[in-house]
Amino acid sequence: MNLKLRWAFIAVVIIWALFSMFPLNQNLKLGLDLQGGMHVVLGVDTDKAVEAKVEAIANQLRKELAIEKVDFSYVQKISNNSVSISLKSTDAFEKAKGIIADNYQSLQDISISGENNLSYMLDKQSADRVRDYAVEQSLEVVRNRIDEFGVSEPVIQRQGKKQVVVQLPGVTDPDRAISLIGKTAQLKFYIVDDNVSAEEAESGNIPFDDKVLYQKQSDDSTGQTINRFPFVVKKDAVLTGDYLVDAEVSISSTYNLPIVQFTLDAAGAKLFEEITADNIGNRMAIVLDDNVYSAPVIKSRIPGCSAYIDGIDSMQEAKDLAIVLRAGSLPAPVKIEENRTVGPSLGQDSINSGIKAALIGLCLIVVFILVYYRMACIVANVALATNFILILGVMSQFGATLTLPGIAGIILTIGMSVDANVLIFERVREELRMGRTPMNALEYGYEKAFSTIMDANITTIIAAIVLFQFGTGPIKGFAVTLSIGILASLFTAIFVTKAVFWTILRGKDVKKLSI
Amino acid sequence: MFELIKQGTKIDFMSMTRIFFIISGLVVIFSVGTIATKGFNFGIDFAGGTIIQMKFESAPDLDDIRSTMDKLNIGEVVIQNFGSDHEVLIRVEKTERDLNTVANTIKSSMTDTFPDNKFIVERVEQVGPQVGADLKNKATYAVIYALIGVLIYVAIRFQFIFSLGAIMAIAHDVIITLGIFSITGKEISLTIIAAVLTIVGYSLNDTIVVFDRIRENMKEDKTEMKFKDIINKSLNETLSRTVLTSLTTLLAVGALYVFGGAVIHSFAFALLIGVAIGTYSSIGIASAFVYMLTKKKA
Repeated sequence: MNLKLRWAFIAVVIIWALFSMFPLNQNLKLGLDLQGGMHVVLGVDTDKAVEAKVEAIANQLRKELAIEKVDFSYVQKISNNSVSISLKSTDAFEKAKGIIADNYQSLQDISISGENNLSYMLDKQSADRVRDYAVEQSLEVVRNRIDEFGVSEPVIQRQGKKQVVVQLPGVTDPDRAISLIGKTAQLKFYIVDDNVSAEEAESGNIPFDDKVLYQKQSDDSTGQTINRFPFVVKKDAVLTGDYLVDAEVSISSTYNLPIVQFTLDAAGAKLFEEITADNIGNRMAIVLDDNVYSAPVIKSRIPGCSAYIDGIDSMQEAKDLAIVLRAGSLPAPVKIEENRTVGPSLGQDSINSGIKAALIGLCLIVVFILVYYRMACIVANVALATNFILILGVMSQFGATLTLPGIAGIILTIGMSVDANVLIFERVREELRMGRTPMNALEYGYEKAFSTIMDANITTIIAAIVLFQFGTGPIKGFAVTLSIGILASLFTAIFVTKAVFWTILRGKDVKKLSI
Repeated sequence: MFELIKQGTKIDFMSMTRIFFIISGLVVIFSVGTIATKGFNFGIDFAGGTIIQMKFESAPDLDDIRSTMDKLNIGEVVIQNFGSDHEVLIRVEKTERDLNTVANTIKSSMTDTFPDNKFIVERVEQVGPQVGADLKNKATYAVIYALIGVLIYVAIRFQFIFSLGAIMAIAHDVIITLGIFSITGKEISLTIIAAVLTIVGYSLNDTIVVFDRIRENMKEDKTEMKFKDIINKSLNETLSRTVLTSLTTLLAVGALYVFGGAVIHSFAFALLIGVAIGTYSSIGIASAFVYMLTKKKA
């Protein structure tokens, strides 16, 4: 290639790199480990979603059989994914069987020739669909909650079969963020069975269609339960938060404590009115995630579509509760499977020590090359500087994330990038010894070193690609800077240094090469 | 001209293969033995668990922290200073309990223990048992895939026998590096695996430069030189480059080790060992192995 053209090309590349990277603090994306923030992996308990689905099917079946006047003694969920139906006559048996075959295609008959007994299992395909949907919906709900919480540039993605990854850069209150995204927020209303006393409830002696829920009091700082009161309620929730359209924080007029007021949609309001009309004198438990918040007595039919949750400790908690209620409930509980949170101060420390290490490493290498190669050191050091600019430029341009291991990757490639130059220079020295003229030696040196440089670097790139595939955030950052660094050093070693040499030596009658 | 390796140096490396093999063999056996008996100190990335790093206003008494942690009954706890005596790293073994509760329990108990010594939580890392097991799997596969990828590349570019030599050298480097981690009881984390993969790349880089020269010398040789002499010649010709590159890389990694901060310390340590061993293995293992294999064939 013509020397002018070569310089023009180099100039374009460097200007492009500089243009991409400045201002550095805006264009270079920092990883969570450097800018602070949290990386949380949530595992969705998809088994619970399947269980809930089966429960819902059982409830629906019970209603339908009643409507169709099929004589049954019970319809029950017997395990995580199956229901059992007991019928009172052969006639009813056949009728029920027909109804299920027609309307419940997702149920698979697993009955063992029992007398008037039917067992069904949710088939695998439907169960898988329920699982998949649960994860997708969780993703959606978490996204809504984060949006309301207000974090800039959050990353919320699905990972594998049942995980959701949430990355919140620069979040200042990680505890609050965790409680926000981790809360299932399933709001349910139950009718309290006041025929059973608390003592009976504790001993487990309760009617089969009842269950025990607790009002928990937890320690403010640790979140551990310190006290709980039992409530015996009718097993089936009479109303759920699915009908909720809005939730807002306000202050209760009587106790001056925060409450969350919520509004139900038209269908929910109608249901609510019917339930209250049917249960005057009973108590209705307002339950969030199996924790009873309150259980007011229903004094009259309540026509409106608004109710509230009280018993909330702080304004902050009330605000967050309103957020999660508005954003919707998670279809299944989630568990935190991985949490990596870095505070902003540690991130800054890491940046500082990373930069310090990089500069010192750079200086050491520059001095070393200076002593070793004398004139050619200018060439090598130009290459170093170009490398540095190129790495940062390419990273900024393509939005690659700089992490702490990534800084290490840059330092390492700086050390290794000298290698390409060393290979060339050593080769040139050899050629000189063999009695070639300087220009000739340079030409040969570059030519012979080329295949070595390629081979040697491609293998490192293979390692880097594998790293990228398997790594998580910070490691990926390392793989990225390592690869970019290697490519940059190939470019500088082959393009830039040669151009510098040629420019210096051109037209001069070079007798001796200081290399 | 300043030279580290005098021009015309002729070290008869290939006559020393026996010594190389004995030394390396012993070290490798010792490493494997230690790994087999003592095992690794897996960090939370692989073992699961919780790490909380806190920075106190004034240096706290580690024994106070220890006795508080013992009372919490949250499993085995390791407490150590991290970087400075103001900073404390608390590590709790894996648990089936809710991770968030574990973290909050520790934080609030510290507030109770040191009411007058304010602290900030600088880092929380928690890995559940399942994720830890997954990561361990992934890491193992990553190392294996890297080795296969490299084997294929070298086999395509060189003769198969070279590929074997390269793999031997890499295995040697990886085993010894991991062995040193096992012996010193340093934690194996995700970043250490990254370092190991980098060592694979680096060591190979070195090996290939030598192989490249051997291949070239074999082509150019018209005097029916013995294979042993060709290898020796190639090693000596590239020796200056091998040493130089190692030095510059060691300078860079050394700077990282000394100034890079506590978080990156082990990573830099692994690289330091790896670069040193990788340099040696390209001469003492890769080339020597190729020589030994061809000798047997002849």
